[in-house]
Amino acid sequence: MRGAVTSWLLAAPLALVLAVFLVVPLFVLVVVSFYDYDSVRLIPDFVFTNYIEVFGSMVTWRTYAKTFTFAVTVWAITLLIGFWIAYYLTFVIEGTTKRTLLFLICTIPFWTSNLIRMIAWVPFLGRNGLLNQALIGSGAIEEPLEFLLFSDFAVTLAFVHLYTLFMVVPIFNTMMRIDRRLIEAAVDAGAGFWRVLWHVILPLCKPGIAIGSIFVIVLVMGDFATVRLMSGGQSASVGLMISAQISLLQYPAAAANAVVLLAVVLMMVAAILRVVDIRKEL
Amino acid sequence: MPGRLGRLLLATLFVVFVLFLYGPTLTIVVLSFQGPDGGLTFPMNGVSLHWFGRLFEQQAVGDFGASITRSLALAAMVTAATVVVSLAAGMAFRRRFPGSSWLFYLTIASLILPSLLVGLGIGLTFNRAEIDTNWWSSAFGAQLTWTLPFGLLIMLAVFNRFDAAWEEAARDLGATPWQSFWHVVLPIVAPSVIGIALFGFTLSFDEFARTLLTAGVDNTLPLEILGMTTTVTTPVLYALGTASTALSFAVIGVALIALWRARARRIAAAAR
Repeated sequence: MRGAVTSWLLAAPLALVLAVFLVVPLFVLVVVSFYDYDSVRLIPDFVFTNYIEVFGSMVTWRTYAKTFTFAVTVWAITLLIGFWIAYYLTFVIEGTTKRTLLFLICTIPFWTSNLIRMIAWVPFLGRNGLLNQALIGSGAIEEPLEFLLFSDFAVTLAFVHLYTLFMVVPIFNTMMRIDRRLIEAAVDAGAGFWRVLWHVILPLCKPGIAIGSIFVIVLVMGDFATVRLMSGGQSASVGLMISAQISLLQYPAAAANAVVLLAVVLMMVAAILRVVDIRKEL
Repeated sequence: MPGRLGRLLLATLFVVFVLFLYGPTLTIVVLSFQGPDGGLTFPMNGVSLHWFGRLFEQQAVGDFGASITRSLALAAMVTAATVVVSLAAGMAFRRRFPGSSWLFYLTIASLILPSLLVGLGIGLTFNRAEIDTNWWSSAFGAQLTWTLPFGLLIMLAVFNRFDAAWEEAARDLGATPWQSFWHVVLPIVAPSVIGIALFGFTLSFDEFARTLLTAGVDNTLPLEILGMTTTVTTPVLYALGTASTALSFAVIGVALIALWRARARRIAAAAR
């Protein structure tokens, strides 16, 4: 019993911070989503108008479709790149020092601001940017490509740039724990490269893939800054829609939208967790 | 295992990936030294420190000096709180206690909930409670919801591999729980604690999604940058990016060097 009291005391600061800055705010968010409002103030009430507006508006459905498209595209690309980078580090590179060094090289960009890493694409993708200059210089095109910056392409590129690391790290982590003898056994039994990959490595990497997927999908679903910056306001996302409502001081509408987004994100996470059991990873 | 062609392809992919990661950031570092008449892209129109000088003019950037000071102070507060709270929670989680799995899932939820929603929730809570939001109060708490999960997960990984025999030995020799923590546990986990501090610092220093709606009237550096992205069309933006990145790397570098020297001293002391 004394043990439990000590544990509680040690865990109390964490519990307190999360209670004040997570549990209560989420509760308030739900409460405010039922409030009424006019142009100047919030009116405490219990009305469903905010939700009716969310579900009744075509804009919401289109925005969700757009956001899902971003999430699925970015998820597929980061998974593909992340898996093979992790594979390269784990199975192709030999020697712990070299592997650690190359892994660190991949993680260093994580120490810089996401905003700056987004801005960094401007000199590349702009109308007079490096890519257009190179393409024109090589004679591939005559006129600069307009779609590079401020487009869905730029948004997707920036997402992949920012979040591939979140895929690499968990996959690398699970891959490193695979018992090499399993692969040797498969090879001895006559399995080729792809069969080893499909029947041995991939199943054993599932928890890492699931954790990486949760990170990437949640980050893209809740994003507002990347879409705003990289599309120059020409594309949409749920996060951007919410932040637009916030800037118009329509807090109850924003809160209702936020609650819906929260439910959607939690359902997506739950779906991933149903497919893959990650508990032994934690 | 992949054949020679496969290895070559994977090595190429890796090199391209690293170039993809570093290329753009290095480009803006170079472009921040653009001459006074230079634009947002190449060619370089001379080389100068002009845009770094412009950082300190009020009209070019909001209030660069004040926002960077604020960001550093906030990052220091968040780092200290993250280290202490995660270390304590990590110690608590070494054995199961009533409610431990609830607290664990709550911490994971804090990590994966969209940041905008957490910020909005905290902003609304302060609004309803009629308390002004400030960078040192509401934004401080908002950033902790982001840094603490990382801190706890690192601590859990550390204590998973921790050999409890060291503590038993200390206890057998008559150490109080506090003595065994201070003289045995803490020195062993110290490198990971420094790791948590570095994570806490950089996560806080660059955070904007949870800070945006909770910082109140005074901007932190990332919020300043976020505001500038839509209005500023000169290389002063790149200079700000370069300065912020350099500062962040300097703090991490100093911490790593201190850590490395402390380790070298300890090894030398042990050899004596």
